[in-house]
Amino acid sequence: MQSRTVLTSSDIDRAVTRISHEILESNQGSQDLVVLGIPTRGAILAKRIVDTISKFESIDTDAVLGTLDITMHRDDLASKPTRNPAKTVIPAGGLDGRVVVLVDDVLFSGRIIRAALDALGDYGRPSAVRLAVLIDRGHRELPIRADFVGKNLPTSRDERIRVLLTESDTENEVVIEA
Amino acid sequence: MKHLVSVADLSREAAIAILDTSLEMSEVNDRDIKKLPTLRGKTVVNLFFEDSTRTRISFEVAAKRLSADVINFAAKGSSVSKGESLKDTAQTLEAIGADAVVIRYHASGAAHMLANSGWVKGSVINAGDGTHEHPTQALLDAFTLRSAIHADARGKGLDGVAVAIVGDIAHSRVARSNLVLLKQLGAKVYLVGPPTLLPNALIKQADGFSYSLDEAIATFKLDAVMMLRVQLERMTAGFFPSEREYARIWGLNADRLALLAPSTFVMHPGPMNRGLEIDAAAADSKNSLVLKQVANGVSVRMAVLYHLLSGGENE
Repeated sequence: MQSRTVLTSSDIDRAVTRISHEILESNQGSQDLVVLGIPTRGAILAKRIVDTISKFESIDTDAVLGTLDITMHRDDLASKPTRNPAKTVIPAGGLDGRVVVLVDDVLFSGRIIRAALDALGDYGRPSAVRLAVLIDRGHRELPIRADFVGKNLPTSRDERIRVLLTESDTENEVVIEA
Repeated sequence: MKHLVSVADLSREAAIAILDTSLEMSEVNDRDIKKLPTLRGKTVVNLFFEDSTRTRISFEVAAKRLSADVINFAAKGSSVSKGESLKDTAQTLEAIGADAVVIRYHASGAAHMLANSGWVKGSVINAGDGTHEHPTQALLDAFTLRSAIHADARGKGLDGVAVAIVGDIAHSRVARSNLVLLKQLGAKVYLVGPPTLLPNALIKQADGFSYSLDEAIATFKLDAVMMLRVQLERMTAGFFPSEREYARIWGLNADRLALLAPSTFVMHPGPMNRGLEIDAAAADSKNSLVLKQVANGVSVRMAVLYHLLSGGENE
């Protein structure tokens, strides 16, 4: 199994900075913004994004950052081994009327995002939902697209993309394995 | 994991995974929309041959919150009164299509029989079989105690926690399941009760025992006291001279409550015989976890249904 690095640590940092600015630009500021990361690595990236945003806008991080666990809404529960759900934290202001930016590490079939949209519906009615991902690797099985992308990485189905982030793994890099 | 017949079926990791999932499930129960789509299309049958309030209703609510369909079967008002056997009842339900059967039966071993007989294809959950086990009760007791002791309980067991189980141990399926599960999670378990209701086989599994509740409170540094109901309906011999004597020596009355450390929790699986094994002062005290136990029953049973009914065939 060969593996090569497609994003180094600085590449990831630059992508996160750019995505953070794109979010602020598209939202014209941080008004009514909620950033929800999908555990585990989406949540880590969401925190990095909100920390970056807070350097440029004065925001209350706890009112903006949250996590959205989608385990119970997955469409493959019957065919894969049981997964343990992770914690969902919705900021105190709720989601009604706010702009929610979902954050995940890799966008692939799009089924996780479909599950996330279902999960969101249980918590309120956002005025808009956007999607930020670090890597878009193609092979969508549902009509879903990202608004903010770190890197577009065309891949073959047999390849495996691994996003490693220092908060949960030892390195900070994105690796593709054939 | 296909069946939950005994807590001994659960490894420490599996038990903690269920407790952690229960944490997420308890958050669902605090929301406006208390529903998850996870078990949509699945059918859960509550097969109760014994009376029950808490367990049956909380299994029903748990299944419904996961969007499953629920069929409630109570022995009263069914063909069991005409003499229909467990096997025929089970096969009738199987013909209708049940993904899970939650069974409470008056004879020990019924859940194991149902799980291994081939009469039903779905998962079997033991909701209490005779005096043998009541796994979901032990899980919700452990969950309640864990949440009371640890502010951030995720991933944690009950290591080093000292619990006394007090009362009619001999006839208690709750005691048997709790003894195994609490020890599995790292707790120290002490058994307290009259000599006639404290079987030697269980004493051997425990970390200590006493025939006197006063002595137990004084000797063991208890983090929690779990009071058990006197199972009069299962008693076919004379185990103590009178209920008054039982209450005097082993009841958790106001005086004994005062002897407990201020941080010691009071637990009871319910239903309570107020004035017999537990007084109102203890049951309603600020250290009583009784109502939390009931509330957590739904979350824990949601977690158990999820772990049993989701997941591929390769498990």
